[in-house]
Amino acid sequence: MSRHVLSLLVENKPGLLTRVAGLFARRGFNIESLAVGVTEVPGLSRITVVVDVEELPLEQVTKQLNKLINVIKIVELEPAASVQREHMLIKVRADNQTRSNVIEVVNLFRASVVDYATDALVVEVTGDRGKIEAILRALEPFGIKELAQSGLLAIGRGGKSITERVLRG
Amino acid sequence: MSLDTAAVPRPPARGAAAPVMTGAQAVVRSLDMLGVTDVFGLPGGAIMPVYDPLMDDEAVRHILVRHEQGAGHAAEGYAAASGRTGVAIATSGPGATNLVTAIADAYMDSVPLVCITGQVFSHLMGTDAFQEADIVGITMPITKHSFLVKSAEEIPGAIAAAFEIASTGRPGPVLVDITKDAQQASAPFVWPPKIELPGYRPVTKAHGKQIQAAAQLIAHAKKPVLYVGGGVIRAGAAAELRVFAEATGAPVVTTLMARGAFPDSHPQNLGMPGMHGTVPAVLALQESDLIVALGARFDDRVTGKADEFAPNAQVVHVDIDPAEISKIRTADVPIVGDLKEVLVDLDAAFQSARVDHTPDIAEWWAYLDGLVTEFPLGYAEPEDGLLAPQYVIKRIGELTGPEAVYAAGVGQHQMWAAQFISYERPNAWLNSGGAGTMGYSVPAAMGAKVAEPDRVVWAIDGDGCFQMTNQELATCVLNDIPIKVAIINNSSLGMVRQWQTLFFAGRHSNTDLNTGHGTVRVPDFVKLADAYGCLGIRVEKIEEVDAAITLALETNDRPVVIDFVVSADAMVWPMVPQGVSNSFVQYARDHAPSFDGED
Repeated sequence: MSRHVLSLLVENKPGLLTRVAGLFARRGFNIESLAVGVTEVPGLSRITVVVDVEELPLEQVTKQLNKLINVIKIVELEPAASVQREHMLIKVRADNQTRSNVIEVVNLFRASVVDYATDALVVEVTGDRGKIEAILRALEPFGIKELAQSGLLAIGRGGKSITERVLRG
Repeated sequence: MSLDTAAVPRPPARGAAAPVMTGAQAVVRSLDMLGVTDVFGLPGGAIMPVYDPLMDDEAVRHILVRHEQGAGHAAEGYAAASGRTGVAIATSGPGATNLVTAIADAYMDSVPLVCITGQVFSHLMGTDAFQEADIVGITMPITKHSFLVKSAEEIPGAIAAAFEIASTGRPGPVLVDITKDAQQASAPFVWPPKIELPGYRPVTKAHGKQIQAAAQLIAHAKKPVLYVGGGVIRAGAAAELRVFAEATGAPVVTTLMARGAFPDSHPQNLGMPGMHGTVPAVLALQESDLIVALGARFDDRVTGKADEFAPNAQVVHVDIDPAEISKIRTADVPIVGDLKEVLVDLDAAFQSARVDHTPDIAEWWAYLDGLVTEFPLGYAEPEDGLLAPQYVIKRIGELTGPEAVYAAGVGQHQMWAAQFISYERPNAWLNSGGAGTMGYSVPAAMGAKVAEPDRVVWAIDGDGCFQMTNQELATCVLNDIPIKVAIINNSSLGMVRQWQTLFFAGRHSNTDLNTGHGTVRVPDFVKLADAYGCLGIRVEKIEEVDAAITLALETNDRPVVIDFVVSADAMVWPMVPQGVSNSFVQYARDHAPSFDGED
């Protein structure tokens, strides 16, 4: 299997996410991560989806996604030609003995502490997959109490935008 | 990239000019404006507002069915026989779910179908209200698209877009689910509505380079075959196909969905390929060096074991749906486009290509002609002395002729009807090919007769299928839709029984229906026909066959039901057993063609 990042430009219509997610399930593909949000164009949303799939079935699922009426455009974002970021909130055990060590790790990774309690800190970190995995390894010895992770976000490098060609009509 | 599909501009805003009407009136008015003349449906609570203006509308004829599945298949038959989009209407909840089978069927066979369903009040949605079902959610995997309409303003746009989507590109079913409050509210009726479908741009004109590449392959092929699928019929491209096929001189095979796309009487037509295809058609594909797939999708019933299908063939694949290309079999030359245009372009390109290289397929034809002579379609007389179903079906075709419409159910009788009736024109053969929906025949025949009232319409049905949807005979009788039903009554679920005979050691588990010879005959189909006000005829002997068919053809004041009591032991041959290579096609039981050590 190989990991692919697809960026879908879609009309923001009710049920759209069900259509997209259902299609993946129906054709037997697992979604590794999913992120949905607005774009700079009113009425259009962007879905970033990460799938673990070989080249040939990926082509098939892309074609099937393209058949969804509300899907306007699909691009695959190659790691080298795009910026890819994940966002994570980590609740890590931290008391008077360990807190400064935890904060040291946080600073090393240019993450930040966003909540304080006597027995725990909530750490916010943004980065690519490698960085996220690394900070998790570094914080693990202290005791990770809870994790929340967003889907991967990705955008192509350079001056072009995914919406440009579509909107030019 | 242009947004042609969104090109219907809204006229200048003139609030006063647009008449204000209820959403329900807007539904009916939209159907009027779209030129719809016939719809099939059955009312219920959540769609009742629409039925009120429908009662007075002179342009739209509503045919009241007895079961919503009947409405769905009737709309499919209407569309398949005429090429016009079929329309079915149902209420919320069970009314809508009863349409599901027909929607799935239309999705598999690319039938242009618009289903309009009522939905509970929008403020009740999600509360498990009476007769509430999330029909948009339920049908998402089996519709080309769907709309949930919750305000009266959206109705004209949703219905117009539904027709646009259902009928263009690769046709398919579209659902418009309208809440009851949207039907009751009032709004200005703006026509033509603004249709914005920025994500819908079917490609119709093919890439010139690919056309050239395809033409070169065709000119150089030694063993080409045109693999014609239902797409040719949906594209209305039968005439273009004939010109192109005759230019190439290549053999043609027509799939189950494409019977009639190319005349059966044409010397280049080898018949149907696939599990129950003719030996020449199966082997032409299997041994070819070039398959030109035209609106066909390499279904498992055609390819057999896909890995071993046509191992030496290159593939040119033409389809309007890019997702079909290289889905099952990788295409060497992919062509996305509308066959009506592509075939013309291909023909022109081939004419140029053959100037440089004269194709030589004489040896190929000599081999195929040998197969045609050695393995003609045929059948053995049943040993129990009962009627041969193949004979009955053959005579129906011969006595009725190619201008009629034949709608089959699903099973043995469907295969025999595909094999033993000669199809000379597109849209003459209707069946449930992809979904394999038992019960398709009677309502589909009804829909076809409504669409094409001047044609004779036969439902070639099985005793099992007939018992699933025969309630629509009431609809036919009361609405003067004189279809003719031939029940090929082998007193069993025949195709399953055949597989039990062949693959389950003859253990006939739950396939006897007790409707035929030597049984209690429950139900008695002649009495049933009589109860519905149809002409019922029973035929048990070979000498009665022609007279019954002739009487049916002469009777046009009511539907006719003929109970052809046939042998339960008749089997469909040839056959490629499931999951093996097409090279193992069996002409008849224990009779496979011998090969010259090629494979």
